[in-house]
Amino acid sequence: MPDPAKKLSVEIYSDRVVTTLVMFSVIWAVIGMLAGVYVAAEMVWPALNFDQSWLSFGRLRTFHTNVVIFGFGVSALMGTAYYSVQRTSHVRLYASNLAWFTCWAWQIAILAGGISLLMGLTTSKEYAELEWPFDIAITLVWVCFAIVFFGTIAKRRIKQIYISNWFYGGLIIVIAMLHIVNNLALPVTLTKSYSLYAGAQDAIVQWWYGHNAVGFLLTGGFLGMMYYFLPKQAERPIWSYKLSIVAFWAFTYSYIWAGPHHLHFNAIPEWVQNLGMVMSLVLLAPSWASMVNGIMTVSSAWEKLRSDPSLKFIVLALAFYGLATFEGPMLAIKSVNIISHFTEWTIGHVHSGALGWNAMITYGTFYFLVPRLVGGNLYSVRLANIHFWLALAGTILYIVALWGAGVSQGVLWLSLDDLGELRYSFTEVMAAMKPYYLLRLVAGILFFIGTLLMIYNFFKTIVGRRTIAVRPPIESLAVA
Amino acid sequence: MNGVQLHQVLEKNIGLLIFGILFVSAIGGLVQVLPSLFQESLKTASPNTKVYSPLELVGRDVYIREGCSTCHSQQIRPLVAEVERYGTYSRAGEFVYDRPFLWGSKRTGPDLHRIGGKYSNEWHRIHLINPRDVVQNSIMPAYPWLAERAANQDGDIKNKLQVLVKLGHPYTDDDIESSGSMLEGQSELDALIAYLQVLGTAYAKGEQ
Repeated sequence: MPDPAKKLSVEIYSDRVVTTLVMFSVIWAVIGMLAGVYVAAEMVWPALNFDQSWLSFGRLRTFHTNVVIFGFGVSALMGTAYYSVQRTSHVRLYASNLAWFTCWAWQIAILAGGISLLMGLTTSKEYAELEWPFDIAITLVWVCFAIVFFGTIAKRRIKQIYISNWFYGGLIIVIAMLHIVNNLALPVTLTKSYSLYAGAQDAIVQWWYGHNAVGFLLTGGFLGMMYYFLPKQAERPIWSYKLSIVAFWAFTYSYIWAGPHHLHFNAIPEWVQNLGMVMSLVLLAPSWASMVNGIMTVSSAWEKLRSDPSLKFIVLALAFYGLATFEGPMLAIKSVNIISHFTEWTIGHVHSGALGWNAMITYGTFYFLVPRLVGGNLYSVRLANIHFWLALAGTILYIVALWGAGVSQGVLWLSLDDLGELRYSFTEVMAAMKPYYLLRLVAGILFFIGTLLMIYNFFKTIVGRRTIAVRPPIESLAVA
Repeated sequence: MNGVQLHQVLEKNIGLLIFGILFVSAIGGLVQVLPSLFQESLKTASPNTKVYSPLELVGRDVYIREGCSTCHSQQIRPLVAEVERYGTYSRAGEFVYDRPFLWGSKRTGPDLHRIGGKYSNEWHRIHLINPRDVVQNSIMPAYPWLAERAANQDGDIKNKLQVLVKLGHPYTDDDIESSGSMLEGQSELDALIAYLQVLGTAYAKGEQ
């Protein structure tokens, strides 16, 4: 048996890779949100397309969604997964060189992939737009991510695998399955391929993927973040362990069925649509179970909200999570979907999740994490508080503007006069959108300024510092 | 053994946990998605639905490249107002040669599934070069570069057809052989217009 004292002197957590991933995540947030603000402006002033192919809405919008989800989102998930899996396992990352590989390979893939999207290389399948060489590269990085993550759990010094690791594990496994199946295609050239599926079948496979990329990445992955970092910041154990068991398995089982609500009244079998609708409604229960679990965990620590901006972000994120996971099932009801489908309401719904939940919980986690990683204090709590209010105002304004836009579109498009003729032409309805688009642009700018404040705050926090060495608890090393 | 005790076995064994997640998350796909892949009616072409000509296919790939589907759907729902606005509702059999499908999820602009034949080629040409020349309030980007690029710019049309044949599209050897010459003298703009003009024409105007 190796000498515990010797081990003690050697084994420290691999945290430098975490710091690097967090920094990249923040950089991608700025780039991706800037692209988001720009496409929002193009919808108000189409002259901003400047007749440039790479700057035109169709390409830049795809760049925006990919950079925020896979650059900002996945880098944050990878970093926080590496951080928390070590601390919940009391062991250094398995194959930490491989972890460095996943970090850098992922950044290169996002950079090159982002550029390829601006060049017009796209499959057009939403959130799976990257062409086949990228799909293979992503699969490779993902497998390495799985090896590092599950390898670390396999050599853990704590018997029980903590809740956050179930969710991060679900993210890794299910996204791998979805990504591989949905992207099956025959290549024509290095930059072009044709999907293995056609028409209605392609639609069904795509939304099985698309909805569950939202499910297991943007919901499940970030729930992993919540289950580790919320109790950490509240300094309370998770409220109900049993509830998290039920929430996790019910979530993992039922999310997968909900995809066809993206295809209501489209040319796919009706039973598939109806099943998708029912399972979307069922999904409300496990979604809210995790919200209740999170809120109840903080409920005996409300006073911390006054002083701790990171906890404020996380609690607000849970509120928006509750809103978005309530709105989602409602939009999946066919009679509501008649109005909402194809409108701005969908975009508003996505952003109540993306800004309100994903971005906010990540910000909260980063405000907690960055000072700890470098062993210092946050440069400015005041700036973080200003960021909080900008993010809140931006998100609310965004959602409200697109509720207005989406409900108007939905109702006006369907509106018939007494003789059964269409009441409004398409261009009339489109012209009515302008004030809403302007409001949405303002909302996006507010949110973006907040993100800029954060990156400045982090820069001042870490400048001149290095990631500090943290060791697993000594009693764990001794028993191993 | 109650549920919590059972779970305590699961959460102490990483292999079991991985298997559990994989199993539980796969059920939905196996029951709901997999049968659709074997459903013949979803693979059977509607009467009059044909494979895309080489020019239309290039046009369709331009449509994909420029991200047209981010703002235009190709899916008319069976609702009165929608059928009145766009034409008869979309049938699954009309899309069997669509790889990938381009139904879209958003209508910043109008649905295009039955745009074919609604406007002249000249209208489309003006509209794509500068949308505001024909639709005053339009917020669509202009696509002037399409006119400057040859339809066979990438020189991969034969490859494309050969791949599609492997996927079951009924192109003949002659179709493949002559595909290059069919693109000669055409721009990407011509190709895109050819594609738009064939969209949704499997069902004649007014046919329900």
